Amino acid sequence: METVIFLLFALLAVASSLVVVLHKNPVYSTMSLVVTLFSVAVLFVLLGAPFIGALQVLIYTGAILVLFLFVLMLLNITREESAVTAQKGQLAAAVLGALVFGGMLLLLVLEARRPLDPMTEELVSMKGLARSLFTEYLLPFEIVGLLLLVAVIGATVVARRPPQPGPTVSGLETPEEIEP
Amino acid sequence: MAPSLIATLINVAVMLGFVLTVVPVMVWVERRGSALIQDRPGPNRLGPLGLIQPLADALKFMFKEDVTPNAVDKPLYLLAPALAIMPAMLTISVIPFGPDLTINGRTYPLAITNAPAGVLLFLALASLGVYSLVLAGYASNNKFSLMGAIRASAQMISYELALTLAVLAVVIPVGSFNPADIVAYQRQHVWMFIPEILGFLVFLIASFAETNRLPFDLPEAESELVAGFHTEYSAMRFAAFFMGEYMSMTSLSALGVTLYFGGWSLPGVDLHGWIGAIVGLLVLVAKIAFCMAVFVWVRWSFPRFRYDQLMRLGWKVLLPIAIVNLILISALTLAGVL
Repeated sequence: METVIFLLFALLAVASSLVVVLHKNPVYSTMSLVVTLFSVAVLFVLLGAPFIGALQVLIYTGAILVLFLFVLMLLNITREESAVTAQKGQLAAAVLGALVFGGMLLLLVLEARRPLDPMTEELVSMKGLARSLFTEYLLPFEIVGLLLLVAVIGATVVARRPPQPGPTVSGLETPEEIEP
Repeated sequence: MAPSLIATLINVAVMLGFVLTVVPVMVWVERRGSALIQDRPGPNRLGPLGLIQPLADALKFMFKEDVTPNAVDKPLYLLAPALAIMPAMLTISVIPFGPDLTINGRTYPLAITNAPAGVLLFLALASLGVYSLVLAGYASNNKFSLMGAIRASAQMISYELALTLAVLAVVIPVGSFNPADIVAYQRQHVWMFIPEILGFLVFLIASFAETNRLPFDLPEAESELVAGFHTEYSAMRFAAFFMGEYMSMTSLSALGVTLYFGGWSLPGVDLHGWIGAIVGLLVLVAKIAFCMAVFVWVRWSFPRFRYDQLMRLGWKVLLPIAIVNLILISALTLAGVL
């Protein structure tokens, strides 16, 4: 039974992630990404980590992808823009991404040589996860937190409009408060 | 069939039966309730007090022509109404509706799923509800629908944050994400809304925004957006959005009752066995019915918020209160007060 569910959702994850990359319409790509993330969440649950599975759905499909759709609709992008329009620094970003991915792959291969610790209920439960995050992996955890804080401040700075010159009429809305 | 499978099927039948029955009852309550508040008779032709009216409404929806405009994005247009009903049907599965029942030495929990991460599962599945609004608005290929969809996505994300933080503050003193444990904790101590009055207020306000009810029904705001995200829908597909709204109100009320008002339990009454199961279900339904009445009462008493007011309330008022409440509850729990 578990094998059947695994196969079903693993196939679904792979197929829908292909649709994400290949579909011309960004809205359909985003909806396929929803299916992908949902299937991966099911795989987490199958591995005995319902906590991570629920968080995956709550954060990624429930919030982040909705923001993707929000941006797509706000900008009204219904067709994929031409692939030739290269962004500045695209190559550097691609190389960096490939390096990180290669490093992770290398680590995986090296790690696979020695036998892994068996996955216990304690290890994937909320308590076990929290304990290892706040003791063994405290430094990376804090660094990630700092990174997110920097990203939030950066986003705020980018989004903020410079103060408008000239007198403002009291009682009227400032431009930021008018709905998008 | 295995006894546990039969037990699960019975649980599914009870809970889904309840959620689906709510819809016609709520149609009547909403129409009569609005009439009461606006001092007019309301539907009173069919049956005593107009009780048969929802049936007539349902028949009308079924026999109306289902118009699909030419310019819509067909697959997404057809998917959206289905997605409106799905989350509410799934989320109700984590709500316990009675004490564990022991038959022939085997114990059966009275909830469709007894998942250890139940509350998180509820929030995760409920967060998928926004897709039906967003897709309906996008696929309709209509300016007003699109405006509704954009509003819906921003509104749902903003209020989900405050809602989740309020719920987490309930989980901390209990020390478990399992709704059954939360009810058990409240049976031993007090109902959660007493220590967590701040969190409960945030939950209450955010749940109006999450279910798109007035005063936060900006995605459909009929005075400015025609009918918002469901402008282009007719007949049964429109009814699906209608049902989805009532069903998600029911499941969110069920969560609120479970988290803050002791779920199926009554203070000072020891419910167990078959009688306990039946009384527990009735108590839960009565508590949910009260919440639904509040939903109707608020809808017909308050004017709609303006969009910027809505955003400001979400981010600058509710979210800070939810964070303060979370810190306060954590400190109280550490100090051993809760």
